[in-house]
Amino acid sequence: MPGKLKVKIVAGRHLPVMDRASDLTDAFVEVKFGNTTFKTDVYLKSLNPQWNSEWFKFEVDDEDLQDEPLQITVLDHDTYSANDAIGKVYIDIDPLLYSEAATVISGWFPIYDTIHGIRGEINVIVKVDLFNDLNRFRQSSCGVKFFCTTSVPKCYRAVIIHGFVEELVVNEDPEYQWIDRIRTPRASNEARQRLISLMSGELQRKIGLKVLEMRGNAVVGYLQCFDLEGESGLVVRAIGTACTLDKLSSPAAFLPACNSPSKEMKEIPFNEDPNPNTHSSGPSTPLKNQTYSFSPSKSYSRQSSSSDTDLSLTPKTGMGSGSAGKEGGPFKALLRQQTQSALEQRGGSPHRFCRRREFPFFTLTAFPPGFLMHVGGVVSARSVKLLDRIHNPAFVGIMGNTRSYKLLDWNSFNSDEPETRDAWWAEIRQEIKSHAKALGCHAVVGYSESTSICEEVCILSASGTAAVLNPRFLQDGTMEGCLEQRLEENLPAGCGFCHIPYDELNMPFPAHLTYCYNCRKQKVPDVLFTTIDLPIDATVIGKGCLIQARLCRLKKKAQAEANATAISNLLPFMEYEVHTQLMNKLKLKGMNALFGLRIQITVGENMLMGLASATGVYLAALPTPGGIQIAGKTPNDGSYEQHISHMQKKINDTIAKNKELYEINPPDISEEIIGSPIPEPRQRSRLLRSQSESSDEVTELDLSHGKKDAFVLEIDDTDAMEDVHSLLTDVPPPSGFYSCNTEIMPGINNWTSEIQMFTSVRVIRLSSLNLTNQALNKNFNDLCENLLKSLYFKLRSMIPCCLCHVNFTVSLPEDELIQVTVTAVAITFDKNQALQTTKTHVEKSLQRASTDNEELLQFPLELCSDSLPSHPFPPAKEHLESASSNSGIPAAQRATSVDYSSFADRCSSWIELIKLKAQTIRRGSIKTTVTVEKASPMGEGNFRNRSTPPCANSTVGVVKMTPLSFIPGAKITKYLGIINMFFIRETTSLREEGGVSGFLHAFIAEVFAMVRAHVAALGGNAVVSYIMKQCVFMENPNKNQAQCLINVSGDAVVFVRESELEVLSTQQPTANCQPSCPGGEVTT
Amino acid sequence: RKWSLSGSGCPEPNLGAPGSSLQAARPARAVLAPNGALRLPPGPGVAMTSELDIFVGNTTLIDEDVYRLWLDGYSVSDAVALRVRSGILEQTGATAAVLQSDTMDHYRTFHMLERLLHAPPKLLHQLIFQIPPSRQALLIERYYAFDEAFVREVLGKKLSKGTKKDLDDISTKTGITLKSCRRQFDNFKRVFKVVEEMRGSLVDNIQQHFLLSDRLARDYAAIVFFANNRFETGKKKLQYLSFGDFAYCAELMIQNWTLGAVDSQVDDMDVDLDKEFLQDLKELKMLVADKDLLDLHKSLVCTALRGKLGVFSEMEANFKNLSRGLVNVAAKLTHNKDVRDLFVDLVEKFVEPCRSDHWPLSDVRVFLNQYSASVHSLDGFRHQALWDRYMGTLRGCLLRLYHE
Repeated sequence: MPGKLKVKIVAGRHLPVMDRASDLTDAFVEVKFGNTTFKTDVYLKSLNPQWNSEWFKFEVDDEDLQDEPLQITVLDHDTYSANDAIGKVYIDIDPLLYSEAATVISGWFPIYDTIHGIRGEINVIVKVDLFNDLNRFRQSSCGVKFFCTTSVPKCYRAVIIHGFVEELVVNEDPEYQWIDRIRTPRASNEARQRLISLMSGELQRKIGLKVLEMRGNAVVGYLQCFDLEGESGLVVRAIGTACTLDKLSSPAAFLPACNSPSKEMKEIPFNEDPNPNTHSSGPSTPLKNQTYSFSPSKSYSRQSSSSDTDLSLTPKTGMGSGSAGKEGGPFKALLRQQTQSALEQRGGSPHRFCRRREFPFFTLTAFPPGFLMHVGGVVSARSVKLLDRIHNPAFVGIMGNTRSYKLLDWNSFNSDEPETRDAWWAEIRQEIKSHAKALGCHAVVGYSESTSICEEVCILSASGTAAVLNPRFLQDGTMEGCLEQRLEENLPAGCGFCHIPYDELNMPFPAHLTYCYNCRKQKVPDVLFTTIDLPIDATVIGKGCLIQARLCRLKKKAQAEANATAISNLLPFMEYEVHTQLMNKLKLKGMNALFGLRIQITVGENMLMGLASATGVYLAALPTPGGIQIAGKTPNDGSYEQHISHMQKKINDTIAKNKELYEINPPDISEEIIGSPIPEPRQRSRLLRSQSESSDEVTELDLSHGKKDAFVLEIDDTDAMEDVHSLLTDVPPPSGFYSCNTEIMPGINNWTSEIQMFTSVRVIRLSSLNLTNQALNKNFNDLCENLLKSLYFKLRSMIPCCLCHVNFTVSLPEDELIQVTVTAVAITFDKNQALQTTKTHVEKSLQRASTDNEELLQFPLELCSDSLPSHPFPPAKEHLESASSNSGIPAAQRATSVDYSSFADRCSSWIELIKLKAQTIRRGSIKTTVTVEKASPMGEGNFRNRSTPPCANSTVGVVKMTPLSFIPGAKITKYLGIINMFFIRETTSLREEGGVSGFLHAFIAEVFAMVRAHVAALGGNAVVSYIMKQCVFMENPNKNQAQCLINVSGDAVVFVRESELEVLSTQQPTANCQPSCPGGEVTT
Repeated sequence: RKWSLSGSGCPEPNLGAPGSSLQAARPARAVLAPNGALRLPPGPGVAMTSELDIFVGNTTLIDEDVYRLWLDGYSVSDAVALRVRSGILEQTGATAAVLQSDTMDHYRTFHMLERLLHAPPKLLHQLIFQIPPSRQALLIERYYAFDEAFVREVLGKKLSKGTKKDLDDISTKTGITLKSCRRQFDNFKRVFKVVEEMRGSLVDNIQQHFLLSDRLARDYAAIVFFANNRFETGKKKLQYLSFGDFAYCAELMIQNWTLGAVDSQVDDMDVDLDKEFLQDLKELKMLVADKDLLDLHKSLVCTALRGKLGVFSEMEANFKNLSRGLVNVAAKLTHNKDVRDLFVDLVEKFVEPCRSDHWPLSDVRVFLNQYSASVHSLDGFRHQALWDRYMGTLRGCLLRLYHE
């Protein structure tokens, strides 16, 4: 009996009138947890009932505490007929289960109804008494902290970063159950909300168990997603990075908050932890000296020592970690022990545990300085799958009994069926891993996964940045080969992440390498693409900007396999074009690197959409990008020639203008000094698509447009003309505005405290007449551009300001509808100080960087890397092999197909089509320059000096929301727990609610309100790392109906303004944000 | 089946009700016509169902200019046209489409806020829109603000359905859009309904329940007071008077002539006139009915004012008429009908005669002071307190009413 949950219902307010005769309501409340329900008395005839109930006590297992939400239902008592439900509140009590998070949940919660939206509020107090449970076989993972933030959370220090954790749970979607036909839509939606809440809880608990198994105590960069697969079910999956975090004990030791989140992170280790035992690096504390390495799983080490074809088999081996549920646990542990002992022998340290993970992935996007040694480039993999319900009689039978929504592990019903969602993902992850390896990297950072589903076709995507992490933290002495070599090379130079991690002579793909413009010793590529935030120690020239590539491709409507085939055939072309567009736009901006790259491919009935967003910057270490040259096909035609030269001029002008706009003034370094290491004209930018082993076609796309320095665009038809035109149509933001999709804007550092988070949604209907690729592209491009223009206009009062973390999501809800959802935060900055430049600061930061190295010792992340193999493997060769072998070695593919067909025999409807399209978008790597981001120290100074504006009246309970991991001008003092909420709203009176816009506007406002209310009830005053992961909108205007599903998450925190900090000093803020109600309450 | 209005629908769908806004927008249309930018309002809820375009901020964005246009009852397209004319496109480099989308967003927000604005304390406690306190105050204050031209039309009228029907005419007459007239009328009515039977100070009650500024709460107190007592303000004779004049009088009357003036614990204390007091006013009649008293009064006033008044002779000649007028007004106040005509009578019996003799305001003040004070010296007259309560207020009112 490990926990007692106590709930008190205090009062309600602003209830709706439920009895028209009296214009009043006779309200009472049902409080339900698990299978236990309590009721309050009926409070007669009031819209502001004061129940003041007793404490309802639930005695429950901590497993249930984690899985189940607390359900509070407000009803109107009716003597003669059934009681009418007013609405519900779901409270996730998980935050109460950590020792340092919230201790009580208390406040006003909006009462939510799926049809009417918010209908008044209810005041609730929730407490949990946890008893210590020493049961080793427990299934709960209470106490593991979860963070959405993709960097080490502000008031913590990472002792160990263990590595990748993932899990998924599957259930049937209540929406598609037969019973849906006879029950009301409301009941169906409520069932769905409840189920998903339950599934998230379970998922989190299971992930927690994995973390405990790894001896971690937290998950950072936790990303949970829903796949609404329709008929075939509902998948809730999550990935994250397991860590051991230490709370920074003394709040008095706050450093001046910094504008750059990553910088702050760096400063954290300055705080000497009072408990030295937790420092794991020193050999003086042998038992604590656990060096967990994240990487090679049993299977992986095997694979790395054997041939590559092993890879293709991996999905079948059951090592896909997701599928290893409870049953898989012990088995896995055993394997782990074996590997451990093997490693111990190798490492020669008897006290060392080497934890091995299958996937050396990190969902983090920002790291302590020095942690990231080299960045190889973006690796991504996509796979097209067919979804289908499993017609397994046993399964159906059991599902029939699941009105209680006890969750089912999909796998347990199909234990003999290897093809599961887990396996799908395992396959993709293997793909990613092999790509990273091909780039000479042993880890993938900034890793994320996503899906796009249309009818029964699903595209699974994963992407990340191949990287080499600092082997200094490898404590087990197993560094060998290239790693060690590089270590020696690097450390003295202190030159950083831009340097290529792969062997220059055996490049995995043709690239143009030069000596680093910073240290002149190492080779760097001409362009660098990554999915991570800009490392804080990167030297950037000028400011960054948001760069988007947008693309539509028509596709014939088709069914099942034909559809999947069509999609997989289109995918490579889309990837290629998206890449080309990104490259062109980057060059047009005069920049040479992309950060935070996110490519989203969305599948619809009759088209595919590609949207890539990234933040372009000019890295000082990389060469100056060449211009763009236009070449015509028919050089003899005079007027054509003229036209071409006119275009060329326009492009050159644009580049010049952009350089000015973004303040890109790199110091002139003549080519001679640097020397061109590659004298012959080479194909400059190649997109190397490595086909996965399971793929049946060979493609090595050649992205080269190469002549000398300039990027050449050939205008050979009208399409190409359009492309060039569209390049030039991207309008820069109005003056005073900047935008980026990373956490912070490179080159701006003096943020003021005014922030405005927003969500904007647009849906356009395409007339079926203009359905050509060009028209589609134009429509889509206009949609995005207009959306941005609208944002700039709306936020004009905040100038000078920057839109940060701009996150575009595209979906194709119907045939001719395109929906774009944008969430971002606008932050104002101080213009005057922004204008100052930088030299001295660079120097200053140089000094700091050297001190940072010391701190790093406290950050003993371990890489027991994949690259352990004693020889530097030749990535290029391997790559070519895998590429060329695709047609030759479809053995694996064949094997899988056989498997599917055999299964298809057994279950005819379970048709599986695997098309794994994977590729490595590859741009070289660059080495870390030790020069730190020039701006940071200055920003700090500014913050100290700046007279902070009077902060908003805190008594009204303002809750800030931001997609960033920090709040400018403030210090996060406490993390209260993860917020993960799922809502469904529907209407049958669409017109009366102001049409689709009115409906969705109100719903999103309500979602914000509910998030804020939950944060306030936890005692917090902000949500950081907020993300709207899903916004599925469906309408049926003819029936006057619409429905929308929204899933949001973030971290509830307490922050203190810097100005207040100085005053309050060490005093902890209570930050109880319950709106105070001064006298204005109308009681009747 | 039980049913609640509060959750969903809009009692008055003021987005996209093209029919209703047409007439109201007429004056604006006249202004806008040359621009040629006017189309029928697209009716966002209806014509654009296939498209969706929204922006939701964690802090609700309030654009003061758009709010004003919305309050003034302009349709979205009219508002866009007006904004275009303000030169905003040039200033910001935005396009008309952006402006349209922005205006729609704001209109939708205001529409959603409107329900809360009907009970301002709700706006403060609601959780759906996060709005800084200063902005909340601005929203409320502007929402309850009214047009001088409009309030003069309905001041003293019964706030009933019948009057509401006349709003069309008022809209035509004043050039204020029908939508705006409706809002103002509904505001008056709502405030009236809430405070009508409430105990305590009228201004305080209004302030507490509608969170208005002191100034605006006082204005509303006047409106409620006038509506309750149905004072006639629309006669042609009274057209020269501003709302401010009436509000001033209302305040004096509330302070001195209502139940609240003598007892602060009764219901309706500031809204209804003190019936007992009105009955007693009959006693004043002797001031003019008793010839000796009237003569004595006149001589006291004339003696005191001789040489101090530019219009002394006119005053001397008119004294009896003026005095009769003022006293008879008091004596008649027992009848509701005569209460309603109070201002008509005051203007007819006092303001107009004086004005026709070209009394300067200073002379009126001197005269009225002396006229009131001299009664204390009339030995035969026992109702000094009553006289003060009556004349103190009346003197203030008359001085305010006395202008061109």
